[in-house]
Amino acid sequence: MHIQEELSQRHVLSLTVSNEAGILARIAGLFTARGYNIDSLTVADITPDHGVSRITIVTNGPPKVIDQIIAQLDRLVPVHKVTDLTESGPFVERELALVKVSGTGEDRIEALRLADVFRAKVVDTTIESFIFEITGTTDKVDNFVGLMRQIGLVEVGRTGVVGLIRGKEAI
Amino acid sequence: MAEKSGADILVECLLDLGVEVVFGYPGGAVLPIYDALFNHPTIKHVLVRHEQGATHMAEGYARSTGKPGVVLVTSGPGATNAVTGITDALMDSIPMVVITGQVPTQLIGTDAFQEADTVGITRHCTKHNYLVKDPAKLAGVIHEAFHIATTGRPGPVVIDIPKNVQIATAPYKRPAPVAHASYHPQTKADAAGIDVAVEMLAAAERPVFYTGGGVINSGPEASTLLRELAALTGAPVTSTLMGLGAYPATGPQWLGMLGMHGTYEANFAMNKADLIICVGARFDDRVTGRLDAFAPNSRKVHIDIDRSSINKIVDVDVAIVADVGSAMADMVALWKARGHEAADLSAWWAQIEGWRAKKSLGYAEDGAEIMPQRAIADLYSACTATGKDVIITTEVGQHQMWAAQHFGFDAPNKWLTSGGLGTMGYGFPAAIGAQMGNPDSLVICVAGDASIQMNIQEMGTASQYRLPVKIFILNNEYMGMVRQWQELTYQSRYSNSYSDSLPDFVKLAEAYGWTGIRIEGPDDLESGIRAMIDTPGPVIVDCRVAKLSNCFPMIPSGAAHTDMLLDPSQVKGSMTDEAKALV
Repeated sequence: MHIQEELSQRHVLSLTVSNEAGILARIAGLFTARGYNIDSLTVADITPDHGVSRITIVTNGPPKVIDQIIAQLDRLVPVHKVTDLTESGPFVERELALVKVSGTGEDRIEALRLADVFRAKVVDTTIESFIFEITGTTDKVDNFVGLMRQIGLVEVGRTGVVGLIRGKEAI
Repeated sequence: MAEKSGADILVECLLDLGVEVVFGYPGGAVLPIYDALFNHPTIKHVLVRHEQGATHMAEGYARSTGKPGVVLVTSGPGATNAVTGITDALMDSIPMVVITGQVPTQLIGTDAFQEADTVGITRHCTKHNYLVKDPAKLAGVIHEAFHIATTGRPGPVVIDIPKNVQIATAPYKRPAPVAHASYHPQTKADAAGIDVAVEMLAAAERPVFYTGGGVINSGPEASTLLRELAALTGAPVTSTLMGLGAYPATGPQWLGMLGMHGTYEANFAMNKADLIICVGARFDDRVTGRLDAFAPNSRKVHIDIDRSSINKIVDVDVAIVADVGSAMADMVALWKARGHEAADLSAWWAQIEGWRAKKSLGYAEDGAEIMPQRAIADLYSACTATGKDVIITTEVGQHQMWAAQHFGFDAPNKWLTSGGLGTMGYGFPAAIGAQMGNPDSLVICVAGDASIQMNIQEMGTASQYRLPVKIFILNNEYMGMVRQWQELTYQSRYSNSYSDSLPDFVKLAEAYGWTGIRIEGPDDLESGIRAMIDTPGPVIVDCRVAKLSNCFPMIPSGAAHTDMLLDPSQVKGSMTDEAKALV
């Protein structure tokens, strides 16, 4: 007997939640308990009184599973609103990465040249290394990191995705 | 404003919220609360023998009265022992508030004596939970917890209160009604969905109502509305295990329970229906059988208060997110306003009568042994003859299914069973809870010889509070459902399913000051049941039944409704790996 898997789609979900103890564990635990995937998850409070946080989750699954994820998140008591950015119309998504690269001579110059192409900033340098700061879509960051790997990638830290719908309305 | 201790605030809140009974067990981390209870004798405290018992008592109390069940346990083992009952209440949507003691805030996280991460452990088996670190917030949290437990889709809520918060003081005034920032369950249906559902119902040729525990949870008026809607439309009604009693078993449109051990007519009606109106049920795997063969030619309307239940397993054509009572009231009103008449469903009913003629609940009797089905049927007729209000609870297993099949329920809140989690050990404490809430009712726990032993320590609780509960054990000396599956799936290799070393239940009864009755054979059955009912105090009946009886009809795991087995001769004795992998 073999276990079959269904085709997945990537979705970016944006949640507003009460900023209370355990909320992140509640959300993350829901995903593990029900076997859903988390590609990335970001969280920070977004109101002056620190009462509400926005959580952005990148997940993947068949359409029916995505619907279930949204319904399950929505019934958590501290969750105010769940929006599927992928379904709700055009939206902007960005993540930030810090990318440490080491090398000397031609590698160093090539790294700077590529950073320029990707509009990455140098935020730290030594004689033998750089840390680049890059923002963009997941794809763009992946590509940049992939190129740096060929030059001398030391390590990388990524924030995961945040996103907002385009236009003047809030979610 | 006068300040009160956290423990006093808690008790004040319970009084304000109308709590009459608390099921609990004291311990170090709840001593301040127990001291506060000592000074408030109007709240009745039922001292249990194990915290799991307290949770099931609270469930039985809640399910039979419609009020939330309240549990009070200590930190660490007190809380972890409660987890099974909390999970059970979550699965079956039972309103329950569990108050757990916790080590003082400065010791949290230090592996202190009797410390457990209660909010962490119960995060995914509660509807919501709280750790209260400030006595000033306690009253608001308690009122909110009761609001969340009892509204929307009901469920268990845990409030973890560190010991120093119970002792510290804060100003107290009764909180204003809960206005929650993010919790707003939808109870009123959108008119468009009701409109479509009513028109589909009026036009259907082969409609069926598939009802569930949501009808019970919605309150007795939902059962009345279901009966009215059924009468108006003339459509047949089936129910899940959890929904029994919402439509009367003696009603003319009743098909019996559906699903794995449901009737032939209920399952075939679901399979051949052109319209299924699902009311407060959730297309559980015990109900649907093989999904790609489930009700293949039907359109489906799903009414549920929990949006996440809709399209979770089976895709439906019309989704109505609402309290089922409110939605059915809207449907009844619209049906009448449109002047709809019940359609001519005679061809559909003729088909149903054909399935009914299979008599799928029939069983052979040889006269030498008591068939378990006969024991339930006789219990049913004896109970009916008393004219009393009768509440039946069950443990989990064959006896549970036989009780569901052969005991008829004509009213809601009279049938208490663990459906979702399937918790052996539920029934007896649930009976104690039901008896607490319904002192004049005849409360009987139908049990198996194995499952009754899972919370048998609560006999002491029933004795202490003079609760005249009856335990009716169908004793076949097996974990019967396990043995049945081993017979069907594993060529009768009865691995560890024999109930060896059973206690003498009659002597056990005597040890606790109960009455014990043994029913050895068919000749004792009627008189034994009679004696049980007529005995004023608590009674255990050890009813010896045929040892190797199987519960039929049965849809094997992973099979379609139309592949149901009616009797043992249809069993082939082996299963594919795919079928074996299903629960």
